[in-house]
Amino acid sequence: MAQVVIRNLNKKFDEVHAVKDVNLQINDKEFMVFVGPSGCGKTTTLRMVAGLESITSGEVLINDTVVNELPPMDRDIAMVFQNYALYPHMSVYDNMAFGLKMRKFDKAEIAQRVQEAADILDIGPLLKRKPRQLSGGQRQRVALGRAIVRHPQVFLFDEPLSNLDAKLRVQMRVELKKLHNRLGTTAIYVTHDQVEAMTLGDRVVVMKDGLVQQVGAPLELYNRPANRFVAGFIGSPAMNFLPVTLADTDGSLWAVGPEFRVKPPAAMAGRLRGHTGKAVLLGIRPEDLRVTNGADPADHTFEATVEVTEQLGSEILLDLTAGPAPMVASVEPTVTAKVGDRLRLAFNPDRLHVFDSQTEASI
Amino acid sequence: MAIATIGAAARQNRQRNPRPRNRLLEDERWLAFTLLMPTAILLGLFIAYPFFKGVMLSLSSSRVGIEGDFVGLANFAKIWNDSIFRTAVWNTFWYTAVTTVFKLGFGLWLALLLNRHFKGKAYIRAAILLPFIIPTVLSTFAWKWMFDPTFSVINWALFKVGLISARINWLGDPDLAMASIIVVNVWRAVPFFAISLLAGLQTISPELQEAAAIDGARPWQRFWYVTWPLLLPVTMVVVLFSVIQTFADFQLVYVMTGGGPANATHLFATYAYQIGIGTGLLSEGAAISLAMFPFLLLIVVVQLLYIRRVETR
Amino acid sequence: MIEGAAWRRWVFFYIPLTLFVFVLLFPFYWMLITTFRPDGELYQPWNSPRYQPFWTSNPTLDHIKYLFAETLFSAWLWNTMFIATISTAISLFCGVLAGYALSRLNFPFAGSLGTGIFVTYLVPQTLLFIPLADIIRNFKLGDTPWSLVLTYPTFLIPFCTWLMMGYFKSVPKELEECARIDGASRLQAMLYIIIPVAVPGILSAGIFAFTLSWNEFIYALVFLSSPEQKTVPVGVTSELIRGDVFFWGPLMAAALLGSIPVAMVYSFFVEHYVAGLTGSVKG
Repeated sequence: MAQVVIRNLNKKFDEVHAVKDVNLQINDKEFMVFVGPSGCGKTTTLRMVAGLESITSGEVLINDTVVNELPPMDRDIAMVFQNYALYPHMSVYDNMAFGLKMRKFDKAEIAQRVQEAADILDIGPLLKRKPRQLSGGQRQRVALGRAIVRHPQVFLFDEPLSNLDAKLRVQMRVELKKLHNRLGTTAIYVTHDQVEAMTLGDRVVVMKDGLVQQVGAPLELYNRPANRFVAGFIGSPAMNFLPVTLADTDGSLWAVGPEFRVKPPAAMAGRLRGHTGKAVLLGIRPEDLRVTNGADPADHTFEATVEVTEQLGSEILLDLTAGPAPMVASVEPTVTAKVGDRLRLAFNPDRLHVFDSQTEASI
Repeated sequence: MAIATIGAAARQNRQRNPRPRNRLLEDERWLAFTLLMPTAILLGLFIAYPFFKGVMLSLSSSRVGIEGDFVGLANFAKIWNDSIFRTAVWNTFWYTAVTTVFKLGFGLWLALLLNRHFKGKAYIRAAILLPFIIPTVLSTFAWKWMFDPTFSVINWALFKVGLISARINWLGDPDLAMASIIVVNVWRAVPFFAISLLAGLQTISPELQEAAAIDGARPWQRFWYVTWPLLLPVTMVVVLFSVIQTFADFQLVYVMTGGGPANATHLFATYAYQIGIGTGLLSEGAAISLAMFPFLLLIVVVQLLYIRRVETR
Repeated sequence: MIEGAAWRRWVFFYIPLTLFVFVLLFPFYWMLITTFRPDGELYQPWNSPRYQPFWTSNPTLDHIKYLFAETLFSAWLWNTMFIATISTAISLFCGVLAGYALSRLNFPFAGSLGTGIFVTYLVPQTLLFIPLADIIRNFKLGDTPWSLVLTYPTFLIPFCTWLMMGYFKSVPKELEECARIDGASRLQAMLYIIIPVAVPGILSAGIFAFTLSWNEFIYALVFLSSPEQKTVPVGVTSELIRGDVFFWGPLMAAALLGSIPVAMVYSFFVEHYVAGLTGSVKG
């Protein structure tokens, strides 16, 4: 059992309120990802769990014990840093053995544990080398190895893949996932990359300006974002936001934009009634837009002009404008569209999102 | 296999609770306090206390072996009316100003020369620092020997070149003696300036020079508009150090002239030594060396303010 | 680098550089040649036809022999070595600890303490030598090497601290954070991780401090009185001159031999020395 509970956690640096009233429960064996733009408080929260940053107010509990005053060495955690923080004057073996030596394990057990971890991570041949003789990917593995030899209660990861090139990052992401499945240790993982968050996390915490925006499983965040920020942050390319006004015409509700009007699906109408006459934001993901084949009901289509086309091979990204509103559509590679073309686009009404323009909360 | 053993070990790990440790040193403040203790003791005992004691001494009438009485500012009044002290004050400022200008000029020139690529650069750079490494007293003796009126190699060289016809008594004439001291001080400090400024030069990206050249700047324009402004912060710090060292200089004058001829080349420090240690008038000597303090403080404050301004620009 | 015609290279580069090197190194050559020159050649007036400045046809070891047989030179060498080594060690110990505290730990007044160290760094020895001599006498340390071993750190510690602060700032903070999570206390993280990583910086500070203590003059001149206790610079000044008579041969031999230990240490660690020198003027 290794459960981490965060209660009303706050952190203030002189002027800046970096973390505001964070409440979270990270369950045993769970892989929890903190994601958000830089400066959102995710790393500060992680460092408070690690004991590297003092807590202004609130509590951190590991296994039902308040650890606020416990120095990092006594928290039984391991952490992997963005720059790996390998001790440059020690061999790979000594790097991995350091934590065990500090805890006075006997030599034989240290050797056995290091060997085990080296086998798991496939770094056996590197044990005698110094960190500077390793490639980026190898350093990453050693940093991981140093964390797992300790068999800690909780793994903390602070953007561990950011220093790797794109290809290696994807590869290590998969390995991390495998490793977690195999060891089952509770993990907290901080990243600014929403793809990493979606692929790795059992659950994901989205943070902004020190506040938790939403906590949920990756698909939950994708399908039911709690507010405009989460909707725009999760998913790539990002969701399109169209400012519209809700108008009641002939007893049915329309979302009226500058040069188009569409009809929200009946299922949403109930929730939207209360906002009649008000400005709202319509959220449509690029992958929920397509060029209409004529069969779509006119209520769910509108016209837009192509500004730029980006060929990705498996799909085409169209940068369009519908009146003044810019948007991106991800369409089939078979679509032939040139710059300046007027296209009629259809959206998937079941996947339409509507946000209050004042509070930005999902309606 | 591995998974199972790790699971088992993890359970066993739980039991291995960390042994009690010295919690006090986990607190940053206590640790900082402990780490700073030895330094604080030594600096307190041998800087703060002597400073305090020096002030007390300068306000009393102590001599070697005799505890004096409190006499207020009498010592300062006395030295103020002492013509040798006034000469020493003038000498110190003159010496500091002239040497600093030459050190900076030659040091910068040498730094610019060394900033090029050429064969044997590492050796040249290492050799050039020698005047700064070798104990001042020892190299000053070599200069004193070179300036010896009867056996001077400098006189010989000047004579051979045809610049002089009779011997020059370098250290016997007040003005020449001061000039000789200035030469030796500049000689000793130019390497320090050159190497420090070279380090500053090396942090300036060559692309800036190249960009300026493409923009049509001539070499001296490139220096004046690109290199010099970027070098200014380093230059200021180097000058600050040098000015303070020079202002408080002792050994060079002590060896070269001992303050002579006829007390014409004294600086604050050599005169303080002559009065305080030579004649045993401790209080007066302490007053003379403490008289440096306001000037040093002024130099430090002005320079630090200037450095801050340059750096925040 | 932008280069011009060949003659420009000579005028603007080779000739000035050669002149610089010549002037900066000539006094050492003069020391060397005087050391091995017999007295008969040494005391030829510069305008005598037999003045032969740059070479000697009868090299002799007399001056060096005189130095070791008739003076306490070997004792001075040993004293200087002893004092420089011990005071450097003390200063490194204090400077590394203080530099670590000031650059890595958060505590009240850290900033003003750092400034305080910088200010003491600028206090010249000549400001305090008279009261300090009094204090040394009161502590019954006068005329012992301990008077210097304990006072040299006052100008070495601020320098070492300053240099180490700069060096520690360049070591990633994550290293010790990782060590602390790995189970090391703050003190262990410092001892096992940060200090070993900072060895090049410590070496720079040490070399620089060693040359500074070897060079120190006024404290040694004031605190030491018996000839057998003196350091090389002071011994040479007071014992190789009788009234107005300078024994130039032995004097130059002493200057040469007294310089060799520092020059050796320097030549082995030029890069570290230069790093220390340039680090000392960096803010």
